[in-house]
Amino acid sequence: MLNDIFVAPFVDMFAAPDFLMQVLWEGLVSGILYALIALGFVLIYRSSRIFNFAQGIMVVFAALTLVGLHAMGVPAWICILLTLGVMFVLAVVVERVVLRPLVGQPDIILFMATIGITLFLIGLGEIIFGGENKVMITAELGIPTGSVLLEPFGGLLILEQKDITAVIVAALLVVGLLIFLNKTRMGRAIRALGDDHQAALSVGISLQTIWVLVWFIAGIIALVTGIAWGARAGVSFALEVIAYKALPVLMLGGLESITGAIVGGLMIGMLEKLFEIYWGQPLLGGNTETWFAFVLALIVLLFRPQGLFGERIIERV
Amino acid sequence: MLYRTAGQFKTSYTADQALFPIRQDAYLLGIILIFAWVVFPLTASEFTFQTLLIPILIYSLAAMGLNILTGYAGQLSLGTAAFMGVGAYACYKMVTIMPWMNPVVAILLSGVFSAGVGVAFGIPSLRIKGFYLAIATLAAQFFLVWLFEKWAWLYNYNASGAIQVPNLKMFGVYIAGPQADSMIQYFVVLGIVTLLTLLCINLTRGNLGRTWKATRDMDIAAELIGINLMKSKLTAFMVSSYVVGVAGALFVFMWRGAAEPNLFDIPLSFRILFIAIIGGLGSIMGNYLGAILIVGLPVVLNTLPQTLGIPISSAMVEHLNIMIIGSLIIFFLIIEPHGLARLWALIREKLIIWPFPY
Repeated sequence: MLNDIFVAPFVDMFAAPDFLMQVLWEGLVSGILYALIALGFVLIYRSSRIFNFAQGIMVVFAALTLVGLHAMGVPAWICILLTLGVMFVLAVVVERVVLRPLVGQPDIILFMATIGITLFLIGLGEIIFGGENKVMITAELGIPTGSVLLEPFGGLLILEQKDITAVIVAALLVVGLLIFLNKTRMGRAIRALGDDHQAALSVGISLQTIWVLVWFIAGIIALVTGIAWGARAGVSFALEVIAYKALPVLMLGGLESITGAIVGGLMIGMLEKLFEIYWGQPLLGGNTETWFAFVLALIVLLFRPQGLFGERIIERV
Repeated sequence: MLYRTAGQFKTSYTADQALFPIRQDAYLLGIILIFAWVVFPLTASEFTFQTLLIPILIYSLAAMGLNILTGYAGQLSLGTAAFMGVGAYACYKMVTIMPWMNPVVAILLSGVFSAGVGVAFGIPSLRIKGFYLAIATLAAQFFLVWLFEKWAWLYNYNASGAIQVPNLKMFGVYIAGPQADSMIQYFVVLGIVTLLTLLCINLTRGNLGRTWKATRDMDIAAELIGINLMKSKLTAFMVSSYVVGVAGALFVFMWRGAAEPNLFDIPLSFRILFIAIIGGLGSIMGNYLGAILIVGLPVVLNTLPQTLGIPISSAMVEHLNIMIIGSLIIFFLIIEPHGLARLWALIREKLIIWPFPY
C-alpha cells in the first residue's frame, strides 16, 4: 500500500519520461484555460468585490454566439467582431439591470445575482442556439489543427498545434491585459477602484463606466477561453463546469491577484493531471479531477487563508 | 385592526420572551397548522402531494438547515446537497443492514452521520472566511458526490449504482417505497419537519443562537466578549448538517424513491441556497416562503401554457422556466435583498397600525 502511494508512481514517472511530459503538457494546456477563467473572476472581483459566478456561462455563451453566427453564413472574422459586440451589450445590460440597483448590498446578494444571470443565460442560450454539442470553427478562424511530434528521451511527445496556439494566444492576452492595467488611464482607474472605492469615486472615476468596461474585458477573456476550449472539446453547456475548476484556482492564487490566477491555474492544471494519472486511476478508481483541485486548495488555505498571492486579510473591530 | 397588539401587556420576562409574545401570531400559526395537518390532506390530490406539498416541506427543511449555518452563524456554504446525500446514503445503509429498524428512527438517526461529516468539513472555517470558505465547502460537494459514485459499499454493490428505497413498514402501514401512500408519507414528512422546525426556532432563540449571531455579525468582536469561536462555528456546522441530512433522507425516502449520486450535485445546492436567500437569511419562516416560491413556480409555469392553450414544446417550456427563474431571482434580490421574510415583517408592521397612519 505504502509502496503504491509513495514509490511506484515515481518509478513510473522516471521509467517513461516522455509520457510524464505528455501528461504535464496536457495539464499545462488545461491549466492555462483555468487560469483564463480565473482571470475573468479576478478582474471583476478586484474592481467591484463581486464574486462573478457567471464567468463560466459567459464562456459558453460567447462560444455559442460565435459558432451560431458562423452557422448563419457570416464570415469567421466578422463573427468574432459581432460576438465581441454581443459581449459588450451583455456587459452594459448586466451593469444597468442587475448591478446598478444592487450597489452596496452584501457580497452574498451580489453573488446570488450572478447565479441568477447564469440561469438566465443558460435558458436564453438553449432557446437561441439549442442544447446540442457543436463543433468549434477552428479551421475557419485560421487555427492550425495538425500536431507536432517531438522525441525527447527517445520517446514520443505529441503536441497539438491548436493547443500550442491556445497557449500563445493566452500568453499574449495576459501580457496585453497587464500592459492595459498598468500603463493606460482606464487600466489605472480599474486598479484604483479595486484599491479603494470611495477614494476612486472622489477623484472622479466613474463606477458605471468601469464596471461595464470590466465586464466587457471579462467577456473578451470568455471568448478566447471559449474558442480554445471549444477547439478541444466542442461547444456545449457542459463547458460551464470548467467554471467550477476556476474556483480552486482562485482560492489557491488569492481572489485579488492576477499573478495568483495564472500561477494557480497552471499549478492546478498540471498537479491534477499528475494525480489523476499516477495516483487516481490506479488507486482510487479514477475521475479524481472533479475534487482534487478543491482539496489541494483547501490544504493550502489552511496554511495561508488568503491564498498564495492574495492580499493579507487585516481585520479590525 | 385585525392585528392590533395594543393591550397585550407583559408582566414578566418569561411572558415577554415567550415563543409568541403577540397573540395574533399564535392564531395565524394555528390556522396554518390546521391547514397543513387537516385541510390539505383532506383535499389534496395525488399530484398535489407529489409535486407541491411534500417537496415544499422537504426543501424548506433543507433550506432551514442551510439557513442556520449561513443566515445565523454567517458561514456561507455551497455544499448543502452533498450533506443531504450523506443523510440519504446513511439512511439507506441503516435500513438495509437493519431492516427491523423503525424507518422514522432511521431517518432521524441518519442526520447524525451528516452532522459528523459536516463538522469535519467545518473545521477549515476556523481559519478560512467569506468566499474562500464558500469555495472550500465546494470541496465537500465534489468529493462526497465522487465518493457516492466510487464507494460501491454505499449502494450495496448495485449494478445501476443507484439506491432504491425498499418497502418500509411502520405500525403495519407502508411509509416508504413503491407501495407507500402519498398521504401517509406527507404526514411523516410533516411530523418530522414540524418537530425540527420547533427545535430550530428554540435553538436560534436561545443561548446557542445568540452566540451564532454574534459570530456572524463580527467574529473577532464575538471572540473578545468571550465566545468560543470554535465551539460556535462547529456547533453551527453540526446542527445545520444534521437538519440537512434529515432533509436528504426524507428527500430520497419520502419523495424521490430512488437516487443516483448526481442527484446531489451542485444544482441542488444552489437551489437550496436560492430558497434560503429569497426566503430571507436569518429567518425560519423565510425558508417556507422561499420553498413555496422556488418549488411552486416551475409547477405553475409548466401548467400555465397548457391551461391557456398556448402551443409550445416542453423543451421550450423548460428553457423558458430557467430564464424566468433566473430573472425572478434577480428581481427579488433587487426589490427586497433581505428576502420574503422581511416583506412579511413589513406587511405585519403595517397591519399592526392599520387603519391609522401611525
